[in-house]
Amino acid sequence: MSTNSKSFNWEPVIGLEIHVQLSTKSKIFSNAPTEFGIEQNLQASIIDLGLPGVLPVLNKKAIEMAVRFGCSINANISNHAIFARKNYFYPDLPKGYQISQLDDPIVGEGSVEIEIENEKKLIGITRAHLEEDAGKSIHDKYDNSSAIDLNRAGTPLLEIVSEPDLRSAKEAVCYLKKIHSIVTFLDISDGDMSQGSMRCDANVSIRKKGETKLGNRTEIKNINSFKFVEKAINFEISRQINLLESDNFIEQETRLYDSQKDETRSMRSKEHANDYRYFPEPDLIPLEISNDFIQDIKNSLPELPDQKIERFCSEYKLNSYEAEILNSSKEMSNFYEKIAQSIKNTKLIAKWMVGDFSAILNKYGSSVEESKISCDDLTDLLQKLDEDKISDPAAKKIIEILWNENITVEEIIERENLKQISNEDDIGELIEKVIKENPKQLEQYRNGKEKLFGFFVGQVMKTTQGSADPKVVNKILKDKLKQ
Amino acid sequence: MSNPTSQSLIEQINLLEKKEISSLELTQLYLTNIEKNKDLNCFISLNDKALEEAKKIDKLKERKSLLQGIPLAHKDIFCAEGYKTTCGSKMLENFISPYSSTVFDKLKKSNSIMVGKTNMDEFAMGSSNETSYFGNVKNPINKKRSPGGSSGGSAAAVRANLCAFATGTDTGGSIRQPASFCGITGIKPTYGRVSRWGMVAFASSLDQAGIFAKSAIDASIALEIISGFDEKDSTSINENVPKLINETTSEMDHIIGIPFKLIEKINDYKVKQNFLDCIDLLKKNGIKTKEIDLPFIEYSLPAYYVIAPAECSANLSRYDGIKYGYRCENPKDLEDLYTRTRSEGFGEEVKKRILIGTYCLSAGYFDAYYLKAQKIRARITNSFKEAFKNVTVIAMPTCSNEAFELGSIQDPVKMYEQDIYTIPANLAGLPAISVPSGLINKMPLGLQFIGNHLDEGKILNISHEFQKITDYHVY
Repeated sequence: MSTNSKSFNWEPVIGLEIHVQLSTKSKIFSNAPTEFGIEQNLQASIIDLGLPGVLPVLNKKAIEMAVRFGCSINANISNHAIFARKNYFYPDLPKGYQISQLDDPIVGEGSVEIEIENEKKLIGITRAHLEEDAGKSIHDKYDNSSAIDLNRAGTPLLEIVSEPDLRSAKEAVCYLKKIHSIVTFLDISDGDMSQGSMRCDANVSIRKKGETKLGNRTEIKNINSFKFVEKAINFEISRQINLLESDNFIEQETRLYDSQKDETRSMRSKEHANDYRYFPEPDLIPLEISNDFIQDIKNSLPELPDQKIERFCSEYKLNSYEAEILNSSKEMSNFYEKIAQSIKNTKLIAKWMVGDFSAILNKYGSSVEESKISCDDLTDLLQKLDEDKISDPAAKKIIEILWNENITVEEIIERENLKQISNEDDIGELIEKVIKENPKQLEQYRNGKEKLFGFFVGQVMKTTQGSADPKVVNKILKDKLKQ
Repeated sequence: MSNPTSQSLIEQINLLEKKEISSLELTQLYLTNIEKNKDLNCFISLNDKALEEAKKIDKLKERKSLLQGIPLAHKDIFCAEGYKTTCGSKMLENFISPYSSTVFDKLKKSNSIMVGKTNMDEFAMGSSNETSYFGNVKNPINKKRSPGGSSGGSAAAVRANLCAFATGTDTGGSIRQPASFCGITGIKPTYGRVSRWGMVAFASSLDQAGIFAKSAIDASIALEIISGFDEKDSTSINENVPKLINETTSEMDHIIGIPFKLIEKINDYKVKQNFLDCIDLLKKNGIKTKEIDLPFIEYSLPAYYVIAPAECSANLSRYDGIKYGYRCENPKDLEDLYTRTRSEGFGEEVKKRILIGTYCLSAGYFDAYYLKAQKIRARITNSFKEAFKNVTVIAMPTCSNEAFELGSIQDPVKMYEQDIYTIPANLAGLPAISVPSGLINKMPLGLQFIGNHLDEGKILNISHEFQKITDYHVY
């Protein structure tokens, strides 16, 4: 489906509901561990299984993490939060209800700032509440039957609901990345979308530009990567535009994004929408959160991405583009600061991390945590570069080898003969040799054809296989050619 | 020596302490009684290890608890590791619990002996014991009559000397009404006094475990053992449990509050007279009384029949045929699996209440039913709070009638009215006890005392005072 040419008449209105798995050691209502990838059903306790007579006990760590998030988005933290039962039947929901929050969520209104095309924009956050995750249904493993894995059941989730403040798929992704960086900087989630630690539902509607009323919206459920969020929303926007421009109407419904076909399709319409019959959870007493508790958390908040970006600009003299990229994740940021402890040339580190290091991560689809190049290796490499022991092209080559082989920077330089020759005597000798071998060009140069300077540089580099320091070569060559 | 099984718990403890009887002998005597009284249908399952356990207990050199060696029965709502826990339902007919409830654990640790698990209304929903999937229990005093419900099996077992005491649960009167019908003492403590961990949930904000025994003193001993804070139950109260037997037998000055406006409305003059006679008797023995007003109490029943079904509709959602319990045969698809499992696995009364609860919580009805009921509940709680500013305990009948004939009440609303005097204490979360108060039509009746928050001691104390001057509890 192609975006209609009249699309500029329409304004998309988007809100996100982001589910963040909190990285508590145990589940939100039981003491079973929350680790990912354990054999099926082995970390579901009798509470997670919903046995007759079991009762939930709230994990205090989950409250603390929710409050930390709330403080970092300047939200109102409720002194009195209650849990509610959300009733629906599904095999991977053992109790037949999910313990969640409806009224009095733990985190109230707040906001975050995003920057898109050099413009800053404030995105409102309506609320964030705690709830338990469901298990997983496995439909493709056995013939004629489905399997249930309840390991995930009871994992704490923070559901972050935004205002419908986003106006494009790009903004939505930017906002999602912002939330991602906040929760990872706060250490309340690993934010790993591929493992489902962070998932997102997008509410999308469109309206004529200038219109203030909201159009009928659709909700796209469970999107699990930044890329898919952008694609799913863009697809949905065009679909809605096409419908409205051909005089159809938008049905308020839940849709699913199919990443293989790159399309959204209807899951259930509003008429078939669940009535969740929320009511206060009688097995848990209302949560009283004291102002002291909130203040303590405020005082112990780590440096947040926005603050860190600002500090990187002033402390390391970086531009805001560099600072932002270096703070796109906590690991990236830590990586940078660790290297900056041993190398004074912080601009150089930034240039290489934003450039070639990020490029190789992208090339292999890897995150900083999964990087095959360790922080120490990168430090080694940049140090040699900073001390002019290797050249830029050599460094580029070394990065590629470091990624693919288990070998040190020193060993690569040795093996590939990449040591930069910067000794003036050595280079002078080489230059004399080159000049002697090219008397014709020397004569032409001395007769005024100065363009030939580049030819001599090329010849020197060729004989040294690129390992001569160009700065030194330039300087000495100029002298020698004059003689 | 008369048969020790007909003696009080305190006398039995005495015999065991003096080694005049062994736990094995006592347990054997109870098992014989159980065998002889099979027709009462008090038990859903028996503990075939009871004698073995009693033998082990007899070998212990020291007595670590008053209840050591005492045979008891558990309502089949308490999960007990390795034992069936059916909750009176086909849904859990073959459910063997992999863990134990706190109540079971505490009594087990006190070295008492469980003889079996008692019959009950399905998922504790009923006031006659007729909703049990395993057939109704008969009242030992008159086998044509109901033992009351939902803890009818436990009440009848204590009355028929099939155990020294028994556990029960009380959501709207399920301990006190059967205690009244069977002529024994039954106490429901303050909500949160006894842990609900491992007790199959009916209505979580109202459910509370308690004790059936022959007297207030007997009940105090067992109640003290099962009470106390439990970190596994977030609604359990973190307060020390006093020595309840001392509180029961100590000297206390009481002012009994009497809601005369409520008493005047009692239809059955015999019930009204019985109550007034009891109050007169207490007065004659120097106990002060005071008229109190309990506004909104007449709305207890409708409020209860919104809140309890609402909570039960969610609590019973877990019985879906997926993980454990009954599953229908050859389900076509998921929808069919759910529909038939729940249609076939639950009885009529349970399904009725799930439907009522689902309706009350549905979009568009929530405010009119659930929210309003909660407001009434808050008002009732407040009425009690006000009343307790001036009195130490409150007295009212346990039930508006004596045990009725099995099968005689077909109108569900009439059946729900059984709980009219017992429900207020559940709504307010207060401790309440029923003690035998004499006979009408040759069947026992109960007198109810309601206490303030955590005042189990006071209602046990006034009950003991009453039992000192009456012999209705002696049989």
